Amino acid sequence: MDLLDQLGETFLNWEEMAKVVPSLLTVGLPNTLILALASGILGSLLGLLLALMGISRNPVARWAARIYTDLFRGLPAILVILVIGIGLSPIARELTGNRNPYPLGILALTLIAGAYIGEIFRSGIQSVEKGQLEASRALGFSYGKSMRLVVVPQGIRRVLPALVNQFISLLKDSSLVFVLGLAASDREIFRIGNDAMANTGNLSPLVAAGVLYLILTVPLTHFVNFIDNRLRTGRPEKKEPDELAAPIGKGAQA
Amino acid sequence: MTEFTSGTLTGKNLHLSFGHNHVLRGIDLHVEKGTTASVIGPSGSGKSTLLRVMNRLIEPDQGDILLDGRSVLKDNPDELRQRIGMVFQQFNLFPHKTVLDNVSLALRKLRKLSKDEARAEALEQLDLVGLKHKADARPANLSGGQQQRVAIARALAMKPEVMFFDEATSALDPELVKGVLALMTDLAKGGMTMVVVTHEMGFSRNVSDTVTFMDAGVVVESGPPEQIFTAPATDRLKGFLSDVL
Repeated sequence: MDLLDQLGETFLNWEEMAKVVPSLLTVGLPNTLILALASGILGSLLGLLLALMGISRNPVARWAARIYTDLFRGLPAILVILVIGIGLSPIARELTGNRNPYPLGILALTLIAGAYIGEIFRSGIQSVEKGQLEASRALGFSYGKSMRLVVVPQGIRRVLPALVNQFISLLKDSSLVFVLGLAASDREIFRIGNDAMANTGNLSPLVAAGVLYLILTVPLTHFVNFIDNRLRTGRPEKKEPDELAAPIGKGAQA
Repeated sequence: MTEFTSGTLTGKNLHLSFGHNHVLRGIDLHVEKGTTASVIGPSGSGKSTLLRVMNRLIEPDQGDILLDGRSVLKDNPDELRQRIGMVFQQFNLFPHKTVLDNVSLALRKLRKLSKDEARAEALEQLDLVGLKHKADARPANLSGGQQQRVAIARALAMKPEVMFFDEATSALDPELVKGVLALMTDLAKGGMTMVVVTHEMGFSRNVSDTVTFMDAGVVVESGPPEQIFTAPATDRLKGFLSDVL
């Protein structure tokens, strides 16, 4: 029983957990959400731009998007965060007079997310049937307007599940900004759990942090499955037969 | 069916190659204002490509396109396409928009009508094709025949001077073909200038004013339907007709 008690003490020390929960909720949670949402939204805009460049007829744009995507998908997130966060900090200080690495953390996460989201958007846009662009152009819409009004909205709809998955990744990867050494009020869930662990020598605060991540990510995972199903099967609406044709061809319907 | 402000369309010596594949080899096609020209021929003969070249969805390598006697090759191709409606084999309605929005989209964004004006106009067009009551439905919830009639309404809403039909009934179940052909016949009788690429020999023979037979990127024979169907001059046309009739 000693061993079990020891494990319980190490991972599930309720007292240590209770101590860290307030700061997890009031400091860690908002910061994790800000990091993930800000880089998710900015990354989506960047991703859309990359996707449109990736399918454009201009070879320079295509290549630029290709190289960017290879670069930021091919590097470990933590390396990008360190290089951007530390490497750009003198420039950021020069420009804004701000020494806080937090915005640079958002920038690094955005640059990474943009590469992945760009590929998601590109696959979605390219999955839209060629006839859609053709029909839109035949009405007299320019290429740009056709993309904006007809093709891109359909493409984005198809990749919503993949986008939510990407956001789940981002929620988790936001923890990596801890390497930039953020001010106490800027720390996210992982860093707060990690600090408490370091102070107490007990793993329970990290377990609490983990539970908080799961509370965020598990419902999102199930939400993905839900919209995925919904997109696949659509709402249950029944097809109506063509009134003009109904009197003619009842037998041929089958 | 209302009267249309239709135009005369002429293609002159149109050439197009995709790499080494010479798809159009000097096509001439003249469609007098208010008449219907059908284009028949085996698949792969370049019929559908010809339509796409004549509204400049694909730019020709050589030749000229005239609308009411004036070359349109120097015009903005987007403006040219507003003057030429097109209906596709696969309907190509916008699935993320309602039937009404499919028809009114170009009215609002290209003809710059207000939302209410566009709606009224679109409902009128839908009424003409007998689908006003489906205005709020999604395309996916319509039958193929209904979808194609919406596609026709969408093209007509732009008040085109010429209408192109690219095998408009080929993807339809047999019992749905009739309604669409009836609508096309009404348009032809109403004075619309039409170019109809079709496998429906009955329509080609009974409704069109001229028939053009294409094979391997050239016009093999062209003339009034009686001549083409009852007195084909070439072996190629004779062979084709014996295959399809």
